[in-house]
Amino acid sequence: MHPAPSVIFFTTFSGLGFGLLMWLGLGIPAVTGWTAFAFFAIAYVLAVGGLLASTFHLGRPERAIKAFTQWRSSWLSREAWCAVGALVSMGLYGAGLVFLETRYDLIGLVGAALSLATVFTTSMIYTQLKTIPRWHMPLTPIKFLSFSIAGGALLSGQVQVAVFLLLVAGTVQILTWIKGDKAFAQSGTTIATATGLGSTGTVRAFEPPHTGTNYLLREFVHVVGRKHASKLRVISLLLMVVVPVVLMILPFFSHFLAVLALITHIAGVLTARWLFFAEAEHVVGLYYGMR
Amino acid sequence: MEGWKMTTLPKHTEKKLGLVIDLDTCVGCHACVISCKGWNTENYGAPLSDQNAYGADNSGTFLNRVHSYEIQPEGDAAAQLIHFPKSCLHCDDAPCVTVCPTGASYKRVEDGIVLVNETDCIGCGLCAWACPYGARELDQAEGVMKKCTLCVDRIYNENLPEEDRQPACVRTCPSNARHFGDLGDPDSDVSKLVAERGGIDLMPEQGTKPINQYLPPRPKDTLLPDAGEEFDVLAPFLEPVASEPKGFLGWLDKTLEKL
Ligand code: SF4
Ligand code: SF4
Repeated sequence: MHPAPSVIFFTTFSGLGFGLLMWLGLGIPAVTGWTAFAFFAIAYVLAVGGLLASTFHLGRPERAIKAFTQWRSSWLSREAWCAVGALVSMGLYGAGLVFLETRYDLIGLVGAALSLATVFTTSMIYTQLKTIPRWHMPLTPIKFLSFSIAGGALLSGQVQVAVFLLLVAGTVQILTWIKGDKAFAQSGTTIATATGLGSTGTVRAFEPPHTGTNYLLREFVHVVGRKHASKLRVISLLLMVVVPVVLMILPFFSHFLAVLALITHIAGVLTARWLFFAEAEHVVGLYYGMR
Repeated sequence: MEGWKMTTLPKHTEKKLGLVIDLDTCVGCHACVISCKGWNTENYGAPLSDQNAYGADNSGTFLNRVHSYEIQPEGDAAAQLIHFPKSCLHCDDAPCVTVCPTGASYKRVEDGIVLVNETDCIGCGLCAWACPYGARELDQAEGVMKKCTLCVDRIYNENLPEEDRQPACVRTCPSNARHFGDLGDPDSDVSKLVAERGGIDLMPEQGTKPINQYLPPRPKDTLLPDAGEEFDVLAPFLEPVASEPKGFLGWLDKTLEKL
């Protein structure tokens, strides 16, 4: 799949933002007044900024409002509802904390649940696609959720919890790679089933339908970046899990190191998200004899 | 609320209109590709745009494309070249419809045709991600999703002579490799053809239940040396005349060899 910057930024930053909102909704950390304002501002910039980035890949962004209509069948539509629900309820809850110094627990809980639901529905947009075997497995939503919750913990400054959750998320990520590497072969889709010609002999793509490129090749066949995949996997894991964890368990952990941990974490998640798209192979590539 | 009806796939469609494509007779002329592009640029919906049509890196939107595959049978039999036209298969269990957040993509109850309502489409591309066959292309000029309509504006069009009321690709095909009809009716010509020739689903494991069917190529004649006694009668005439070139050709061959 083409690793479009808009979707990479969207999933990374809104994942972090909604992760932070979830913790805030649970009252962790128990902030009020201007401190609460700062926390909420960061969470909203990340969550809303990510959502806005996602509209950049639309062909007709001016009609985006129509995406709310098909919640009965479409995960993208459900995501839109969850995101608006989370932002509205957390906005009310945050206003209570900032301006009235009052915690409306129930609204906070609802907001936390909707924040997680937003991350879950985002991940289901990818998970539901049978055409991309690497994404089509239960580990995909688990990975998105574990990184969102761990990143939220890191942002909300809960050092011990963040260390633990980052290690969990890193493990999920490694499992996703191991399972994902086998997914295409296990899907059973090959050039033989794609063309239905397998019973006659060995099928080879002889000539593509067009001499130039097209939408399908640009969007679904991305071979270029994959040759560095294993190096990038190590780099992303170091940046998003290992370095932040090491920094946080240092005896002289400070605010400066916390910012450093956060920056490396974000850089690592961005790299991993790039890989999430670049490594994903769509079955349509088979028609072109490519993956 | 019409929009709500569109959100999911219909449980049942009255007809299952679709195409039967004969891989045995397709000659790979791409006439269907061109007639499709022509008809669908001039008629229903946004035109199929081209980008940089006369430049070096040209590309454009097409609803039908013809691939070519080489099949190498077991053993040392000669390879076969198969031309393979591909367009929307109007799947019964169309994943492209259910992923659509706007309801722009829908499957018609009356005939099973899968269409895009272009005024509702936000161009998110998700339906193209969900289609295993590469049957949908996002038009770069219009920003909306384009796909085969089974020439819905021809097949019911009473302004056209009756013989033209079929998809442009079917009407155009010079080798009669494309057939159009109701695959839900076991007595239709297309259904009989599929039964007779053993029509196949593409990527059945994807669970899309495609309506369009492909007729596999028939086995080719074998004209290999050991094919039978009767060929031996002519065999001497087919011996190479000279294995080593002689005379002027021999001199030329040797001279060129030395260079
Ligand atoms: S071929 Fe693709 S676009 Fe057509 S109905 Fe099936 S899944 Fe949808
Ligand atoms: S590109 Fe258009 S038709 Fe396809 S899923 Fe998005 S809104 Fe629906």
